[in-house]
Amino acid sequence: MKFGVVVFPGSNCDEDMIYTLRHVMGQKVVKLWHKDTDLQGVDFVVLPGGFSYGDYLRAGAIARFSPIMQEVIRHAKRGGYVMGICNGFQILTESGLLEGALLRNLNQRYICKNVYIKPATQNTILTAGLSQKKAYKIPIAHGEGRFYAPKDMLKSIRDNDQILFQYCDAQGKVSEEANPNGSLLNIAGICNKERNVFGMMPHPERAADELLKNTDGRAFFESILEHVAV
Amino acid sequence: MKFVAEVNVMPKKELLDPQGKAVKLGLKHLHIEGVKDVRIGKHIVLTFEAETPEQAREIVDTACQKLLANVIMEDYSFEIKELQETLKK
Repeated sequence: MKFGVVVFPGSNCDEDMIYTLRHVMGQKVVKLWHKDTDLQGVDFVVLPGGFSYGDYLRAGAIARFSPIMQEVIRHAKRGGYVMGICNGFQILTESGLLEGALLRNLNQRYICKNVYIKPATQNTILTAGLSQKKAYKIPIAHGEGRFYAPKDMLKSIRDNDQILFQYCDAQGKVSEEANPNGSLLNIAGICNKERNVFGMMPHPERAADELLKNTDGRAFFESILEHVAV
Repeated sequence: MKFVAEVNVMPKKELLDPQGKAVKLGLKHLHIEGVKDVRIGKHIVLTFEAETPEQAREIVDTACQKLLANVIMEDYSFEIKELQETLKK
């Protein structure tokens, strides 16, 4: 499987993602520069974390106009896989590939710590291989991660089984105390209705190498590789 | 015709504005009393050309909807003035 990791000016998790995909998961990976207009035949596009275009105007608001994003949007509309982590998630909501918006954290702070998340659906390649009972320890690092959608949109996201992950405690209980940023329904990640575009605030690529003493994130990539039909 | 648009983008009323909340607390620490609410948004000034005032409104409205505001979380309002070019040489 061939992955493409998009590099915007201000991306800073691109190398972590490439390392995880290439060295931990043993996959083919190419870098996709933001000015390129060729996806180089990748099957799966990843928008990494960071501060693309300095978070000008709003996080993710400017990145969606870059040349490569026009191709990424086309790829997604054709049914191709796209995953956005952190700033990548913000770019996906700003570009309309995912619903909702990511607001400033409720406590007004940038939060950088390990949190627990659990899958809320099994019906995607990203979550099919995950245990529905396990709380996965995955780091977050963001200032704007409070998932918000107006009432009707939130209902539709829920009714269509689009919630990928919810923040929970170490025992897997989804509670207000376990919600780090004030996201509605503790939402840490969602997918689109067609189930080929994924966005999540936590960073599984930062929890995949044994040297980091936490490999909970590896299961997310294993799930993709096991369940993808390319 | 030249126009100047003054655009205000504000977080939606029903949404908590953590920035505003922090500033309100700061004002309290400075003993500036009686402040009931603080909300923080953006002020954007556009200078542009259009054929008519109606077209000018349309341009600014489209700009707000498509980029300047994220209408899921923000409201916008604007005022447009025609720029008088008085400095003719």
